[in-house]
Amino acid sequence: MSLKENERLQSLVPDEHPMARDGQLRIVWRMLRRNPVGMFGLVGFVILLLVTLLAPVLAPYNPTRMDVQRLLEPPSKTHLWGTDDLGRDILSRVLWGGRESLRVAVIAILIALVGGLTLGVVSGYYGGLADNLIQRIVEIFLAFPSILLMLSIVAALGPSLGTVLIALGISFIPNGTRFVRGSVLATKNREYVTAARVVGASHARIMARHILPNILPPVIVYSTLGLGAAIMATAGLSYIGLGAQPPSPEWGAMLNYGRSYLRDAWWMSVFPGLGIFLAVLFINLLGDGLRDALDPRLRA
Amino acid sequence: MVKYTLSRLLMLIPVLLGVTFLTFAIAQITPGDPVKLMLGPAATPEKVAQIREQLGFNDPFLVQYGRYAWNAAHLNLGKSIRGQTPVLREILARFPSTLELTLAAMLFAVVTGLIGGTIAATARARWVDSATMVTALVGLSIPSFWLAILLIIVFGINLKWISVTGGAGLKNLILPAFCLGIGTAAMLARLTRSSILEVVREDYVRTARAKGLGDRVVIVRHVLRNALIPVVTVIGLEFAGMLGGAVFIESVFARPGLGRFAVNAIAARDYPQVQGVVLFAATVYVLFNLAVDLLYGFLDPRIRYD
Repeated sequence: MSLKENERLQSLVPDEHPMARDGQLRIVWRMLRRNPVGMFGLVGFVILLLVTLLAPVLAPYNPTRMDVQRLLEPPSKTHLWGTDDLGRDILSRVLWGGRESLRVAVIAILIALVGGLTLGVVSGYYGGLADNLIQRIVEIFLAFPSILLMLSIVAALGPSLGTVLIALGISFIPNGTRFVRGSVLATKNREYVTAARVVGASHARIMARHILPNILPPVIVYSTLGLGAAIMATAGLSYIGLGAQPPSPEWGAMLNYGRSYLRDAWWMSVFPGLGIFLAVLFINLLGDGLRDALDPRLRA
Repeated sequence: MVKYTLSRLLMLIPVLLGVTFLTFAIAQITPGDPVKLMLGPAATPEKVAQIREQLGFNDPFLVQYGRYAWNAAHLNLGKSIRGQTPVLREILARFPSTLELTLAAMLFAVVTGLIGGTIAATARARWVDSATMVTALVGLSIPSFWLAILLIIVFGINLKWISVTGGAGLKNLILPAFCLGIGTAAMLARLTRSSILEVVREDYVRTARAKGLGDRVVIVRHVLRNALIPVVTVIGLEFAGMLGGAVFIESVFARPGLGRFAVNAIAARDYPQVQGVVLFAATVYVLFNLAVDLLYGFLDPRIRYD
């Protein structure tokens, strides 16, 4: 078969399954729109995201501005969520802190997504020795309770938000790899993949043009669900002093700081925690909606 | 069942080897010289070099790992940098507190989760199902350490029903166990509900109803027995995972457990202690997973004959 003939045949093979990428995403969006709980979660999370991104505009005060006249002031008209021991406005710090918490969680999930996709696709597509080796390494990582794995990485590299980001990303990769591998195994024997193989498409082309676009929608949903866990873990590690350090307004760090003032200033701990709770709640609601949208029985 | 058990036990060896390897490897990326940390800033370079040679820190990586794994297999996890006390002794002194907390949390989670999930799946009134699931979602989303702070403010500071500085006794176990168990309770309620709803559609349940059996008999004798198989395995995994989650709760309630021990060790850069806790907890986790695997094989004969 000549090179030209080969290229002509390859162009006849659809790049994607008819239900793939754009079709799947459109169906998921249509199903999600009909799910009030999922939509509530989506809208809530988008609002939370916008509010924290627009913190420089929305925050009533500079988060580091100290007002020595108003130390440990309870919620009032001038400071809606009160002030801390240095007179800093809690509402402003929670808005600015949301940027830190969400940024770390999103980047950690992206690291896990890239790592999980790479390892999962190689493991699921090639099978054999590569699959065996990768899965045994994944099993070793999964043998650790995730918090302890993160703790040991943070202990090795030193407490900081950057270290928490790396620890989170690394600890989420094994589960992501398993999930992606499962998706690849389900996809690699489809007719369009077999057809691409028959016309002589390279492994790299098959993985990039046929497998990856079709596994992305469920992988994205899975990653969205992981975002809630990432936000919780980031805040948790900062709460025990291993993540963001003072004077960072990161939510977990604010909770840690407020610990010493529980008797005198409950608002220093309650409102940052409310931020974490709302973020995780909206993501879980969205996750439920997405899971239902991807459930083939509900689609039928 | 014997063959199934033996095969699971054999698989344990490479997993435990992998766990020790990863724990050891992570320790190697720690910046700083552990011998300098041990001897303090006043130690001379010659003394540091001598102790490094003596303790084998100059040996190749695999030789050091082999020594570490051999010692770990003989229950020797080294000595802490700060007090030069055996790490395993310190861990075993604190493990009962963590175990007590984890057991109490698990008991609360299992009872609440199973009852809640069963009620949600079998209630005729739709609002009961919705209310239970909303409660479960809130429980799943609330950070355990924030919930603990809220409860300390209400019950410790305002009502003074509990001690805020930690303490022994059942009274001081209730709130920590509640905070640690709430997430698992929520997850178990959701899982139980969806598992029951799956099983209720099975032919044998329809047959049982067609035979004229009452609702309660159908649910208890036919539905729950099968619906709870996946739930039981998750309970086992969650119990082992709670050992890690106890870190936050022990910090909030100042309980003298393994989690707080690990956090203090990290703050003090006492890596042998951190390494020891991580290896100990990971080993317990692996053994628990094995017990869950064997239990699953016992409950569902299809698994052990695969």
